Amino acid sequence: MNEMVLEARDVTRRFTIGASLFKRATTFSAVKGVSLSLRQGEVLGLVGESGCGKSTLANMLLGLLDPSEGEVLVGGKAISRSSPLERARRIQPIFQNPYSSLNPRKSVEDIVSLPLRIHNVGSASERRAKVAEMLDMVGLSRRYLDSYPNQLSGGQRQRVAIARALIMRPEVVICDEPTSALDVSVQSQILNLLLDIKDELNVSYVLISHNLAVVQHIATRVAVMYLGRIVEEQPTEQLFANPRHPYTEALLSSVLTPEPELGIPDTHLGAAFPNPMDPPPGCSFHPRCPHAMPHCSTLHPRPLSDGDRMVECHLYDEAAAQAAREPQPA
Amino acid sequence: MSKVLEVENLRVDIPVAGGVLHAVRGVSFSLEKGETLCIVGESGCGKSLTSLALMGLLPRAARRTADKLIFDGIDLQSASRRQMQTIRGDRLSMIFQEPMTSLNPAYTIGDQLMEAMLWHKRVSRAEARERAIFLLEKVGITGAAKRLGQYPHQLSGGLRQRVMIAMSLMCGPAVIIADEPTTALDVTIQAQILLLLSELQAEFGMGLVLITHDLGVVARIADRVLVMYAGQVVENGSARQVFGAPLHPYTRGLLRCMPIPGRTRPGERLGSIPGIVPSLIGEIRGCAFRDRCGHARSACADFDRLRHNETGHEWRCIMDEAESLSRADELEDV
Repeated sequence: MNEMVLEARDVTRRFTIGASLFKRATTFSAVKGVSLSLRQGEVLGLVGESGCGKSTLANMLLGLLDPSEGEVLVGGKAISRSSPLERARRIQPIFQNPYSSLNPRKSVEDIVSLPLRIHNVGSASERRAKVAEMLDMVGLSRRYLDSYPNQLSGGQRQRVAIARALIMRPEVVICDEPTSALDVSVQSQILNLLLDIKDELNVSYVLISHNLAVVQHIATRVAVMYLGRIVEEQPTEQLFANPRHPYTEALLSSVLTPEPELGIPDTHLGAAFPNPMDPPPGCSFHPRCPHAMPHCSTLHPRPLSDGDRMVECHLYDEAAAQAAREPQPA
Repeated sequence: MSKVLEVENLRVDIPVAGGVLHAVRGVSFSLEKGETLCIVGESGCGKSLTSLALMGLLPRAARRTADKLIFDGIDLQSASRRQMQTIRGDRLSMIFQEPMTSLNPAYTIGDQLMEAMLWHKRVSRAEARERAIFLLEKVGITGAAKRLGQYPHQLSGGLRQRVMIAMSLMCGPAVIIADEPTTALDVTIQAQILLLLSELQAEFGMGLVLITHDLGVVARIADRVLVMYAGQVVENGSARQVFGAPLHPYTRGLLRCMPIPGRTRPGERLGSIPGIVPSLIGEIRGCAFRDRCGHARSACADFDRLRHNETGHEWRCIMDEAESLSRADELEDV
């Protein structure tokens, strides 16, 4: 097996909100005891609806937020014990919106070379050469070196963002919805680029996306998040062929492929996404679950792992179902 | 079936620094009662301006011309501002993309829902309120009466979009124009909203013009599809025609760009459309797609008309049906 490049061990992040003179502060957990790992060359897809905590998790993986509990390890070393510079060399982000993630007052060269300058790499001319080389790799002509972001199209801007993320040759890149702000034809170019670069530079990705078609295309493993927990994790092919958690099933059925015969799917999810501030008791998915059983509303399911897959659902936990059926000892 | 919307040779021109931007260049279509028409294309193809032109909501500088622009028997071109105000929000309503920005944060959901109805119809507040509650329940919002007193910030994105849909239905419109109604939403909510729209449409017999860049959405909901490129319709047909046997190289290119579970192999290279959209400033001659098309030939510089076959499938390409179909599998990269 390849070397472990990124690991989250039981991380939790709590936020306190609403504290004022007249109101007691309430605390809620955006991410609750999540563990995940990424090996070299892997692409871990992270999917879930808005509010499920995937961006909070991404920020913790990047070291931009400290976990309230648990720890994040990059290359085997706790991120909390490494300096920001060291962290930035190993792990880099690509954000969703290339219109807001690039400084409009800096030229492409300035933007892409910033990490080099911060890490004091080479002289000005060496840095310019490196940036030019990087632009070649992301498929952007060198004549854009002195251009400004407003002179570039969305796809070109995203290429600049990718060049900036890769210039220090990080081990891990966290891609937060890298293509959702782009047109279809541009999206395919960026996805092709991400795949090419992965092989060329041997980098690993965490891909956060709500577009399951994109996730299936790029990811090697997929983790499904719901209300701050990872509820299912499987190798991509298995997950799409055989989703186990009812939530995963609903997510997969909502993918709209261009097949007019199929019509609009009914996901049977009914009620809207629950309020993360006030999660339902027991299994947090039970109010929307078509297979909910009585004990789902009282007992939190435990993660069940076998081999390379994990699911957190009472449907697969015979022991818990048994215990729930038996009368409680007085 | 009767036509509720007829558009012929719609053009939108916007004066800009370097000349005139021809944003919409001769778009024609018609919409039957109860029909769903999807206008699909990438940013800048003119699909949103087409919808704003229908609503009479174009930016002040833009100039709209058309040979025919008839909604529900009314000529929109000769309609005065006042007449347009009585049509908009009543017989012709619109759902905008961003439910976060298209609701007024300072007014309650109830006020905003009832506003159009109180303005257009002779009804009392109580009647409008009753209608608002009825429609909120219809779009699947629980505790509708309580929701009326809430403000937009108290609702999630999916709920806000449902409120927008309910609002567009308040006066019982003949046609709804929806510009990217599900783009800002999660996939699970997207499916629900689309299902809801098509159910409501069947129930109330409205025409629906849906503008989107998402071919997946189009395939699943459309009766008829218009593919737009550079301000023109490049392909027009039923969903089965356009997705089953696309005849324009651009439509085929778009479909090849999409990863499709079950069809594309994970990790394989996706198709792409090389090059960029041409500038629409100044005079444009010939096929606007020719610089990005693998089948382009010198005659494309002069070819610019819609072909059609006997099934009503239209496409704007120098290749006739037989040639286009026989070359469908060729790599269309330049």
